[in-house]
This record gives sequence, structure tokens and C-alpha cells, in this order.
Amino acid sequence: MSEDIKKFMYLNRRAPYGTIYAWESLEVVLIGAAFDQDVSLAFLDDGVYQLVKGQDTAGVDMKNFSPTYQALGDYDVTKLYVEKESLEERGLSLEDLMPLTYEDEDDDWAEKDSIRVVSRAEMADIMEDQDVMFSF
Amino acid sequence: MKFAIQVNEGPYQHQATDSAYQFTKAALEAGHEIMRVFFYHDGVNNGTNLTTPPQDDRNIVKRWSELGKQHDLDLVVCVAAAQRRGIVDEGEMQRNGKDAQNIAEGFRISGLGQLVEAGIQSDRLVVFGD
Amino acid sequence: MSTLHTVNKSPFEKSSMDSCLAYAKAGSSVLMYEDGIYGAIKGTGCTQKIAAKDGVNFYVLGPDLKARGVSEDKVADGIEIVDYAKFVSLAAENDKVQAWV
Repeated sequence: MSEDIKKFMYLNRRAPYGTIYAWESLEVVLIGAAFDQDVSLAFLDDGVYQLVKGQDTAGVDMKNFSPTYQALGDYDVTKLYVEKESLEERGLSLEDLMPLTYEDEDDDWAEKDSIRVVSRAEMADIMEDQDVMFSF
Repeated sequence: MKFAIQVNEGPYQHQATDSAYQFTKAALEAGHEIMRVFFYHDGVNNGTNLTTPPQDDRNIVKRWSELGKQHDLDLVVCVAAAQRRGIVDEGEMQRNGKDAQNIAEGFRISGLGQLVEAGIQSDRLVVFGD
Repeated sequence: MSTLHTVNKSPFEKSSMDSCLAYAKAGSSVLMYEDGIYGAIKGTGCTQKIAAKDGVNFYVLGPDLKARGVSEDKVADGIEIVDYAKFVSLAAENDKVQAWV
């Protein structure tokens, strides 16, 4: 990997809709995808709520931005780390989250899961390894 | 060292922009470079020239403008966030058919790419938010 | 890589400090500022959590303590009181800054 490429992590710790942070954070990720950095997203604390499936905003008349997460794979954003403890503390499991996939060009375009559930200790290791942390 | 600063909150409601200002000032005093201050989310409200704070309080917008002028800082307001919140410069006024502009002196409106670029080009990104 | 973690929320209102403590590794630093300074006051539940973190350096921003009427003798042992200049040098000395906003 070139030395010009930095490891960028976007830290998501907030639920969607109550505030705009989750949505505007996602906008940065989409724009940032064009810069060819080594990008990953971390979802912990209330950030895990961003990925819950079945979001329907019709009744609150707000933009439902959850389909955008499904487009991340097309932008080569394929590493979405979700903290296991945060899920469990909230009574959630992987089955409650949107299925997010990408096509792996290095593996004959095989469809793979973008969401990687990791323990808090694993997430801490992943964070330790990053060059830049974006918080919103 | 080359710092980039990200400000996520507007003036007065949160201390975030005050802390960002104090950090920026201290970094400049220590001889560091501030390559960009990027205002995002409600932070774009730091770039309006329409605020009139009471005389006995700090003028947050003016303070950024003055520090910017003094040190030739790149004060960037995110365009997408600015459009939502009504921060407008000459170009945005014409593009979106508005009849006024309110961007404060020394600020410029630009894309989110400027934040990503700041992350790439700076040695440290420091985020101030809620 | 060493990290400077920044916490700006009271540990009695928000969980940012708890999350930060769960992630701060030995060799990293934690700076409490803005409402985060309330985590630095001795004799609270937060004090014990901080004391339990071996190898992590703790700092609190003096101007934010002062603004809130918290005198320096209220700060728990082992937490260094710093100014903005030291905040800057902590950001420079560590490899990155992680804001627990």
C-alpha cells in the first residue's frame, strides 16, 4: 500500500433522525470515497441504530437515508465495523441490521458482507491502527 | 506541524467553536501551521455576518474573521451544510436565486472534499463538536 | 500508535467518557475539557474508573475548570491540569486525536 494512502476511520456513535450527524457523516463518506484512501466505518454506542433495517420515515416526513448505506459497496467502502457489545447492550443482533454487501474485485467479484461484527477489544485494535479519525 | 480543525457546532449554543478557536490560537502561537478550519453541521453558522451579539460578550464570528486575517487562515464552510442552513456567498446567491448573501469576512464556501483533503494533507485532524 | 482521546461531556450526563475509557489503551492519553472536566473531580464514580486505567495518561483543561468554579485541589490525583498550549502539544505528541463528541 502506498505511503500516500492514509487509514481513515469514520466514527459513528449517534442514532439517526434525532440529529443530523449520522446523515451528514454519511455525506462525508460518500465524497471521501473519491479520494482513494483506506476507509472504514465504526459503529458503536447508539451509532449501531443507524444500520437497523426497516427504517420508514414516512410518518415523520424526513428523508430516509438508510438506503444510502447499501450504496457504499459501489463506492468501494466495504469495511463497516459494528461493535458487538453495543449491539448486545441494545438487545440487537446482526439479524436486526440491514444486509450490506459489496462485490470483491480481488475474488472474482464474489458478493461479500460489508458489516463485520467485532468485539470491543477488536474494535480498539482497529482504531489504534488508524491514521485519521473523523467524528461527527 | 500541520493541523486541520473541524468545527461541528455553531456559535453560542455550544462551547465547541470557542474551544476550537482557543486551540487554533494556541497552535499558531506555538509556531504550528493551521492548514484549514472546516466548519460542518451547524458549525457553518460560525460563518454568517448577520450575528449581533451583546456588547459585553465575545463576537465569535468576528473573532474567527480576525484570526483568519491575521494568519491567512483557510476558513471553509461546507457548501451542503451551508445550503441547508442559509449561509450564502455571492456564487451561492446567484446559483440558487437568493436575494442576499451573508458569508462573513475571511470565510469561503466549498465542498466536503475540502474536509477529506484536510484529513489527507494535515498531520493531525482535531475535531470539536457537541 | 498513541492516541489523544478528547472528552467534552460530563460523565454524569453522557456515556462518552465511559466509551472513551473502554477504548483508551495503555500509552494513550485522555484529555477532559468543556463539560468533560467534571470527570476529573475526585471522589466520584468516574474517579475510580480513571484510577483503574493503568498506563493511560489523564489531563484536564485548566481554563474549563476555572470557568466552572472547580478549584484545582478538587482534581483527582494523577490527573494533570493543562492549558491550551499543552492541549496543542498533546495533539502533536500523539499520533492522532480521537474526539469522543
